[in-house]
Amino acid sequence: MKPFLSIDKLTQRFPDGNGGELTVFENASFGVKKGEFVVILGHSGCGKSTIMNILAGLADPTSGVVTMDGYEVRGPSLDRGVVFQNYSLLPWLTTLKNVTFGVKARHPEWTKQQVEEHATKFLAMVGLEGDVIHRKPSQLSGGMRQRVSIARAFANHPKLLLLDEPFGALDALTRGTIQDELLKIWGQMEQTVFMITHDIDEAILLADRILLMTNGPHARVAESVDITIPRPRNRTEIVEHPNYYAIRNHLVQFLGKRSKELAGQPTEAGQTNKPETVRIDLTDPAEDPEDKRPALKAVNS
Amino acid sequence: MGALSINQRAALLSVAMLVVGLLIWEAAIPAQKAAEELTEYERLTGAGSAKAGVPPPSQVIAKAWEQLSNPFYDAGPNDKGIGIQIGYSIYRVLTGYFLAALIAIPFGFLIGMSQVAYKAFNPFIQVLRPISPLAWMPLALFIIGDSEASAIFVIFICSIWPMLINTAFGVAGVREDWVNVARTHELGPIKTAFTVILPAAAPTILTGMRISIGIAWLVIVAAEMLVGGTGIGYYVWNEWNNLDLTSVVFSILMIGVVGMLLDAMFGLLQRRVTYAE
Repeated sequence: MKPFLSIDKLTQRFPDGNGGELTVFENASFGVKKGEFVVILGHSGCGKSTIMNILAGLADPTSGVVTMDGYEVRGPSLDRGVVFQNYSLLPWLTTLKNVTFGVKARHPEWTKQQVEEHATKFLAMVGLEGDVIHRKPSQLSGGMRQRVSIARAFANHPKLLLLDEPFGALDALTRGTIQDELLKIWGQMEQTVFMITHDIDEAILLADRILLMTNGPHARVAESVDITIPRPRNRTEIVEHPNYYAIRNHLVQFLGKRSKELAGQPTEAGQTNKPETVRIDLTDPAEDPEDKRPALKAVNS
Repeated sequence: MGALSINQRAALLSVAMLVVGLLIWEAAIPAQKAAEELTEYERLTGAGSAKAGVPPPSQVIAKAWEQLSNPFYDAGPNDKGIGIQIGYSIYRVLTGYFLAALIAIPFGFLIGMSQVAYKAFNPFIQVLRPISPLAWMPLALFIIGDSEASAIFVIFICSIWPMLINTAFGVAGVREDWVNVARTHELGPIKTAFTVILPAAAPTILTGMRISIGIAWLVIVAAEMLVGGTGIGYYVWNEWNNLDLTSVVFSILMIGVVGMLLDAMFGLLQRRVTYAE
């Protein structure tokens, strides 16, 4: 059976300006399960944002198919909510109106009061209450603006929530608080999330699974790393978990060395680049990170 | 002085400049000699009759008082109150202006949405735009055949360009992100145009409208001098023919005041739609 969201042989090529073609990524294939929080990690230029835009329906791939819930993804849809890095709030609307803008689009049949109550509820979930919600975005801090953007996305209950480096423009302290809020609201909603970041710690804190991309051109999704740290997670406690540094080291190694080594290899036609699943779990006696032979695992389980 | 705000200090300075300016003006106008002081020769050569000259401010103020205390009298084609004359001018300006807005804003919207249309129409706009609106007057008079309508047409043609260009520019410059917000919320083209693109481009559109109304008011004076009959432009020219320079100066001031009010109105509108990013 196909997973909830399935990406099949996705390829994106752009003209390189000299009459040739630049292959950003090729035959990328992976799936996302319902309710899963998947983070994609990779260097700039590897095509993360392009994958995101294709999933959002804002861009078309050169070839390949994306299906969600049995239907092919074509064009933007309310079923796929997006939180952009630069917040993308409409500056002439107040905070509340920015959220009701989305709610109204989702539920055109609701009364004004229903729409406002729903929006106010979701703004409160990200910690925006009282007078603040009647301010314009220009009167809010960067962190508050991103909260509004998150509230707008969650309020619409999309089947898939796409987060495009949502905390990239925020300072470290603010980022921490909003990550916590995102975790809290995600825990309540069982939302399927696909997120881009280049912050390793953020990825470990939030994700069920991390997809690692090699450098472009000809980038591919090389590995899928399971985050074997139980939820609910907390930024101060997860660092104590035995798996934390093992996973972190693996990610750092990949981004620092292997993403370059694996880069720039054109794939043969028809070949599917399924990511290799990596599971690092020091708490599980069945698995030894040095020796991941499946045979061993089978014997002990 | 330290207790006064910047605005108060500026206002004081303005009043001071006005008073000093008026005093200098008053002093610079040579007083006419009284008849008894003239020599017989001067009286014989007609120096005794009132000479036309630039009036001192005191006379202009007296004229203003007289005119403004009864602005709407109508004593025949060549003697109407200043209010009636200005009313005609404003009517022409607003008619031509709103006709232009009715075409320029939707059309500019379409041009702004399509890069091809923008580039295709640009050469025509660039050629038509710098043409002095009065240059259209003979053609308008010939084709339309009515001086009143021709004046309105001239206003129409001069106010259309800034609105058209600014609307197209504003619409073309709407940030991709905002359009993407509309797309991810499945808004249709009409809904996107009204809820996202229009408010996003509104400050630029209003700037164009403000420039246009300014130009329209400049042009109506000249147009009315040509077509005659009524209006503030005609009034100025008529008073010049009467050699009544006091009225000329007074109507110049009135043109300035009305122009300022029109601009202030659009300034107010502009402030309402402006947003900070």
